[in-house]
Amino acid sequence: MTQKITAHDVNVFYGEKQAIRQVSIDIDQEDVTAFIGPSGCGKSTFLRTLNRMNDTVASARVEGDIRLDGEDIYSKDMDVVQLRARVGMVFQKPNPFPKSIYENVAYGPRIHGLASGKSEMDAIVEQSLTRAGLWAEVKDRLSDSGTALSGGQQQRLCIARAIAVDPEVILMDEPCSALDPIATARIEELIHDLRGRYAIVIVTHNMQQAARVSQKTAFFHLGELVEYGDTNDIFTNPREPRTTDYITGRYG
Amino acid sequence: MAEHTVKAFDEDIGRLRGLISQMGGLAEEAIDGAMRSLQRGDLDLAQEVRAADKQIDAIESEVERLVVRIIALRAPMANDLREVVAALKIAAVVERIGDYAKNIAKRVPLIEGEHRIEPISIIQAMARMAAEMVHDVLDAFAARDAKAAIEICERDNALDDFYDAIFRTLVTHMVENPKTISEVAHLLFVAKNLERIGDHATNVAEMVYFAATGTQMAEREKGE
Repeated sequence: MTQKITAHDVNVFYGEKQAIRQVSIDIDQEDVTAFIGPSGCGKSTFLRTLNRMNDTVASARVEGDIRLDGEDIYSKDMDVVQLRARVGMVFQKPNPFPKSIYENVAYGPRIHGLASGKSEMDAIVEQSLTRAGLWAEVKDRLSDSGTALSGGQQQRLCIARAIAVDPEVILMDEPCSALDPIATARIEELIHDLRGRYAIVIVTHNMQQAARVSQKTAFFHLGELVEYGDTNDIFTNPREPRTTDYITGRYG
Repeated sequence: MAEHTVKAFDEDIGRLRGLISQMGGLAEEAIDGAMRSLQRGDLDLAQEVRAADKQIDAIESEVERLVVRIIALRAPMANDLREVVAALKIAAVVERIGDYAKNIAKRVPLIEGEHRIEPISIIQAMARMAAEMVHDVLDAFAARDAKAAIEICERDNALDDFYDAIFRTLVTHMVENPKTISEVAHLLFVAKNLERIGDHATNVAEMVYFAATGTQMAEREKGE
């Protein structure tokens, strides 16, 4: 199993407050990794350290060692824009640009100079939308506004947008929490299809979802990584009492 | 184990455990009743045991309904899930144990001359041992006691030895008293039923072990 991301002794502070304590974790290339835990446990904060999204929060300070393919992502030489192209992100609420469906997908490849000419860009847009499971639904209306799509379609458009710049890792922060069960099932199916092509890390409050989509699960509590292991083991036979209490619905 | 945030979940689990222990109690009574009716040639008691089996069957159905409801409504995880699945399987096994007891009761009218057959006392001792296994394994389930489950599995060897001894004794008896062959053959089946009850109690012990620890008992033995 190839380790795509390795994190070692990571601490995150917001001002004086410590949000993440000494977290060490390896993210597999081939797997979907789920982060679970109660609100405020630090799972989203930690997810955001993996593509330096916390850089945008003025009070945030990250300590420790995080490497993408062995490369220190917090080193001075790291180009943050490039990093975020390599480690894409999908958010809780679908946030398409107020532009056409086509432009939503083409925007990233264009600013990164990934396509030379219209036909190459067309190919990238089609491939990204196909991989995101949206192509069949939008191919005849690519010039419609992305915001005119349904919530579930918008979220898949955002996934297509993340895929378009050919990332290596996709981070998803509660990607289904604003979607209905059918749209949620489609996203889960999509995660299943994308597995192997991209390393995927998903934060979710829905434990059944974590159990369904992931191969590895990490349980966070009060800023600590309590338990990390095969999803199968975490949900059938967790080692830590705190994990058991949380996943069985006994948490404080 | 702390309580669930959703109290109704605890109530469901509590009710499930109650049903299993009620079923176990009835199965134990059935073994005891069947053996007493055999001892005394009490046909009325034998008939009561046969009728009481319907109660065990009814509770098994209730366990099934409750387990399906818990899985659908509560989506149990980890030790909760293991316990609920174990309860479903245990109910099916206890129902079988009840059937064996009923089968013993059915044979009572066919063993009229049993008071003349000496080995009957040793079969009573075997029955007590089998009934104790059933009793103790359901206690182990209620207490989530993996250690007790292992101990109960080990008792099954002694029960098998009992059966072998009774088998030899009864065969000898048949050879020496050819007139009693058909009655003694029924006693052989009684002993065999008790031996099967022990096997089922052992199966329950394995389920209790899995529910309590999350690993199979066989894996534990390999691990040692």
